[in-house]
Amino acid sequence: MPAMNSLRRSLLGALLAALCKPLAALAAAWNKEAFGAKSAAEALKGIGAAGAVPSAELLIDAPQIAENGAVVPVEITSNIAGTTSIAVVIEKNPFPLAGVFEFKDGALPFVRLNLKIGESSDVRVIAEAGGRRYSASQEIKVTIGGCGG
Amino acid sequence: MAAGPMRMRATLAAGYTDVRVLMTHPMETGQRKDSDGKLVPLHFIQNLTVRVNGRTVVEGQISQAISRNPVFSFRLRGGAKGDRIEVSWLDNNGETNQTEAAVA
Amino acid sequence: MRAGLAALLALCFFIPRVCAQEGSQEIQRYRQMVAEGSPAELFELEGEALWKKRQGPKQVSLDKCDLGLGPGVVKGAYARLPRYFKDADRVMDLETRLLHCMTTLQGRTREVAAARVFGSADNPSEFEYLSAYVAAQSLGAHISPGMAHPKEKEAYEFGHTLYFRRAGPWDFACTSCHGEEGKRIRMQDLPALAQPKYAGPAIATWPAYRVSTSQFITLQWRINDCYRQMRMPEPDFGSAATVALIHFLTVTGKGEVYRGPGNKR
Repeated sequence: MPAMNSLRRSLLGALLAALCKPLAALAAAWNKEAFGAKSAAEALKGIGAAGAVPSAELLIDAPQIAENGAVVPVEITSNIAGTTSIAVVIEKNPFPLAGVFEFKDGALPFVRLNLKIGESSDVRVIAEAGGRRYSASQEIKVTIGGCGG
Repeated sequence: MAAGPMRMRATLAAGYTDVRVLMTHPMETGQRKDSDGKLVPLHFIQNLTVRVNGRTVVEGQISQAISRNPVFSFRLRGGAKGDRIEVSWLDNNGETNQTEAAVA
Repeated sequence: MRAGLAALLALCFFIPRVCAQEGSQEIQRYRQMVAEGSPAELFELEGEALWKKRQGPKQVSLDKCDLGLGPGVVKGAYARLPRYFKDADRVMDLETRLLHCMTTLQGRTREVAAARVFGSADNPSEFEYLSAYVAAQSLGAHISPGMAHPKEKEAYEFGHTLYFRRAGPWDFACTSCHGEEGKRIRMQDLPALAQPKYAGPAIATWPAYRVSTSQFITLQWRINDCYRQMRMPEPDFGSAATVALIHFLTVTGKGEVYRGPGNKR
């Protein structure tokens, strides 16, 4: 019966659409738990970096004093062989985890970004290489503002 | 509201390609009050993807702790003039934007 | 490094001068890093697209706009402003000149073109994008505003008078904040702009991206906001008074190498 066929077709269409949506969501995964962590320790745990080992091969280039915490430029380079990801944790921020970057074959483990830092804080960087986690950190002081330029 | 402008520069450097991408996005933390004293809701980019000639090379998950109007720099291994670089983002409201550039 | 900085900052309590210098160096580093990865660049790129966009009843772009070096010549033009323009018979700064081109070349009325001269963080104005683009094309050029024409001299004198003349409900002049060396409001230095050694570096970094408000701010905006801060009536966009002040400051800072759109806190 034609009416039944068209109903089946539209149901099938709806089902397909419903199936496709989750696929899109998978492609854009976002670590809600880690990003929602309110302490640096929790955030580090959320990205599996609780036992990260300090490394001098993980370099942070950032100013020691930021005139305005709204834009704090930070450049991170990992010279650790086989680095596959870099994460940034701002210790004193209300939600410390700022970002996690995964580098596939074709990209160097490097990122330069602008952070919002609420108050003078340690900025901790975590690199993942060969299944292990490494860390480095730098303190950035944030000054109180004025009337602007 | 349509996403604001997004631009990118991709230039060959010594042994790598420097990619600088500039985005327009309020990156609201959900803690800022507007002129009426009301809290501006959380609105920020959560994902960004860098592709070279269609192949994903960087996947970033970011938070509202990234500055407003984000600027990112990445470095791609090697690279040649004419390589097609594409950067796209997706925010917590499901809005997206992307930009493409050929390596200069 | 961290221990060193801690020791240095401890010294600050006893020797403020040490703190000021070291802090100042690190703040310079901060400013340099911001400049290297600033949203200002987006404004420059967008401004370029706007410059080339056909608009108005005449559906032409601004790319025949004469900024003082000939129609369509953008490179180096900003560094030569403000200057006298024969076709308008007045001294014009960048923004008044852009408005002039929008009305004459593109056929847009002043009301339409100047409906929103200052934008917001979420919605910058055309003038802000265009100013960023045009100014960036003068990077490295020596600032040399027009000084020979009688109207240029007149604008300079007018600007000079305005700079020093106290007025308004608070009896303020520019000199109330920018009159003496070594003054500041909280962490912001207040340059004594009537002196070349301060005017130069100041004028060399406008227009600029303002980090604290995520807005791109121009000289017309700055003059307007200064008047607001002095509790004086709002000047008209591109008025003789605003252009005269900008001209006075630019002449005072002449010779300085233009450093391209800046970044301010």
